[in-house]
Amino acid sequence: MEALLSLAVKAIFVENLALSFFLGMCTFIAVSKKISTAIGLGISVMVVQSITVPANNLILTYLLAPGALSWAGFADVDLTFLGLISYIGVIAALVQILEMVLDKYFPPLYNALGVFLPLITVNCAILGGSLFMVERSYDFAESVTYGISSGFGWALAITAMAGVREKLKYSDIPDGLQGLGITFITAGLMALAFMSFSGVKL
Amino acid sequence: MAHKRREMLIDPLVDNNPITLQVLGICSALAVTSSLQVAFVMAIAVTLVTAFASLFISMIRSQIPGSIRIIVQMVIIASLVILVDQVLKAFAYEISKTLSVFVGLIITNCIVMGRAEAFAMKNGPIDSFIDGVGNGLGYGLILMLVGVIRELFGSGSLFGVTILETVNNGGWYVPNGMLLLPPSAFFIIGLIIWAFRTWKPGQVEEREYKIQTVEAH
Repeated sequence: MEALLSLAVKAIFVENLALSFFLGMCTFIAVSKKISTAIGLGISVMVVQSITVPANNLILTYLLAPGALSWAGFADVDLTFLGLISYIGVIAALVQILEMVLDKYFPPLYNALGVFLPLITVNCAILGGSLFMVERSYDFAESVTYGISSGFGWALAITAMAGVREKLKYSDIPDGLQGLGITFITAGLMALAFMSFSGVKL
Repeated sequence: MAHKRREMLIDPLVDNNPITLQVLGICSALAVTSSLQVAFVMAIAVTLVTAFASLFISMIRSQIPGSIRIIVQMVIIASLVILVDQVLKAFAYEISKTLSVFVGLIITNCIVMGRAEAFAMKNGPIDSFIDGVGNGLGYGLILMLVGVIRELFGSGSLFGVTILETVNNGGWYVPNGMLLLPPSAFFIIGLIIWAFRTWKPGQVEEREYKIQTVEAH
């Protein structure tokens, strides 16, 4: 339990997907102009992330890893090279299913998130989460924890960023830095601030 | 025609750069720029994937049904990325270790998707290929610029060859450690955007709020 807790804190603060691995930057920069939309997107990323990372973990353990197909009688088959294409397939399919389920059973939530759900398929943070899971060989419990907490960390970062940008538009910025430039520099300062968490020993 | 194609190749370098203007492909780019060699490999990989993805998607563009085009594009891109990943693992294992998940993340690199969707679905294969190469190079240009700054001033070397002798090795240069940390990439890109937009004022974004200036009477 303690190990999982420390994994969660690490994924949220120390190894924040947005601010220390630059994942999901396109959406991070593009959709952080208003706090309300940023929160909506953040929550959808968190939901999708906490489903896809464990799902991909199951696929890896029972279908792709060397020897994983022994239950089907192919003990010496190694399909890990199919990893990338399966993970992105799972992500695209899950996002599609989630969209349909939300549409049918939770229409208000669907209307709130609707625009962002398809965007999430091509959000690097989602695929990145799954790839980190593979690279660090998390087991199932760890990947559930990692999925939820890394998604939460991303949501936290984009909400904070939107908060800064809402105030930022009132300030007098040099012409060339207007818009994209100053957003990058702000993100850099936030990333520096988040780095101070790296001293936290767990 | 030849002239137009040359423009298509040159245009994304500065005038319509995917990173500084279209805000595409920043996702997986910044973490790989702390050393020039890795940035170089990444730039080549992205250029190849963008060019060939555009080429193949453009070749079958009239056969792809509109409703599932994203999935079809994804499959083509993912197959190309798997190729790149396997080649890197076979011939440059050290670099593929350093790039870790970022090779896989070329799949979700918005440049590849963006060019497939915006250009290759509407244009012929050769034009799409050139457009892909151009955008890949525009991306590579920024990546190399950031890589040069970070490696030269962060560890005093270029491509692993020592240029500025650091204090630790008995030289004179005190390396700026911050440049090796992830946040520095944000600052450098921000400053590059500033420089580009000072050079080409047409790229400056409109202010959302006009700051009121007091007129002198």
